[in-house]
Amino acid sequence: MSVVKLDGLVALLEGFPALTGVDLSVDAGEIVFVKGPNGAGKTTLLHLCAGLIQPKDGTGLILGHDLSSERTAIRKRVGLLSHSSGLYRDLTVLENITFWTRIAGVEQSEIDSRISWALKRMELDNRLQNQKVRSLSVGQKRRTSLAVFIVRRPDLWLMDEPHAGLDQEGRQIVDDLIEESVEAGATVVVASHDLERVLNISTRVVTLSGGAVVGVDHGGNK
Amino acid sequence: MKRLFADIGLITGKDLKIELRSRVLINQVAPFALMILVLFGIALDADQQSLRNFASGLFWISVLLCALMAISRSMTIERDDEALVGLNLSGVDPLAIFLGKTCAIAIQLLILEIFLGVGIILLYRSEVEDLLLLVSTGLFACIAISALGTIFGFLASGLGVRETLLPILLLPLLLPVLIGATRAFDDALGVAAINGWNWFAFVAGLTVILTSVGAGANHLMVEN
Repeated sequence: MSVVKLDGLVALLEGFPALTGVDLSVDAGEIVFVKGPNGAGKTTLLHLCAGLIQPKDGTGLILGHDLSSERTAIRKRVGLLSHSSGLYRDLTVLENITFWTRIAGVEQSEIDSRISWALKRMELDNRLQNQKVRSLSVGQKRRTSLAVFIVRRPDLWLMDEPHAGLDQEGRQIVDDLIEESVEAGATVVVASHDLERVLNISTRVVTLSGGAVVGVDHGGNK
Repeated sequence: MKRLFADIGLITGKDLKIELRSRVLINQVAPFALMILVLFGIALDADQQSLRNFASGLFWISVLLCALMAISRSMTIERDDEALVGLNLSGVDPLAIFLGKTCAIAIQLLILEIFLGVGIILLYRSEVEDLLLLVSTGLFACIAISALGTIFGFLASGLGVRETLLPILLLPLLLPVLIGATRAFDDALGVAAINGWNWFAFVAGLTVILTSVGAGANHLMVEN
């Protein structure tokens, strides 16, 4: 079953065609690596799949929901890890994770266990948990963003440069998380410049150029 | 409905917690408001009768200027590090985002109004003749300013010239609210022989309209 199905999808960014007719199909349980030069449309593609951009032309289904008319339903089921941290600088790490867990509508009975799991998984210790986000290093912020990302347990993981700003240990945690999420039934689309790292875990590699898919290859995981 | 109220509470609580931590209201907005009152007092040559006559107008000018700062600050919180994108992705109802942000700004403005109210009583020797009218008008006008500020704060934050654009968009539409509130305050402070409750009704009507428009257009605003 296709989790992502895009046919001739066109998207504009401030009037400029950022995606010029993308055809792409991603099956459940896949780890798809999207590569391409700067400005190829990788980030726009992820934002489109997250339901943040209204397509100009073409058709698209994400997790069975229409990309043009059911974007709210899509947003509830996908997770997007973008370049920006998406965190509130004057709240602590724990307050940020708690806020985002509650606002995502996680069941009350599950909130505490999920937060503890995310904190432990991203190795955010007690000292860091009570630190304001504005005082964190780039890597610590990234770990916090990842904790916010995984605590929602989305069905479709959209990750833009997930290894950026992380040390070797952090990068390994991200790789492990991606593989664990697929084992748990999720599907992952990763845009990254870290070729070697992502190639090893991906099932397919999609090459974007000029806003269109110009190549699809098998990844190192299949 | 339960989820909507819970989300409004979460967003309002989060904004207020951030404001308490950053102390922008205490360290920047409140001293600014106090300075306006003192400077007007000096400019009017400390003539007690003139100060009393102009007190309501000066009060609402101070609230307006401070509101612009509070609204701008409220939008910056969401714009920094693209937290608003996260809110959109969380699937939270845009109505909850609009009402949550509006409530947080309104609570801050109410605190500021109390502070300024005490200021005009102490500095200008204003006397309150109708406390109920004063409180009712202060409350409704504060909600109207917050609702309209949130609407245009979201619209302006999607554009490059947001700091300049916000007052340009906001001020003409706030003018009727401020005129109504000033006239109602004139009656409540006993400086004009008018029926202040008619002006209160005007302000309350505008508040209902502006909040309804904001609630109706919340989806477009948050998307922008």
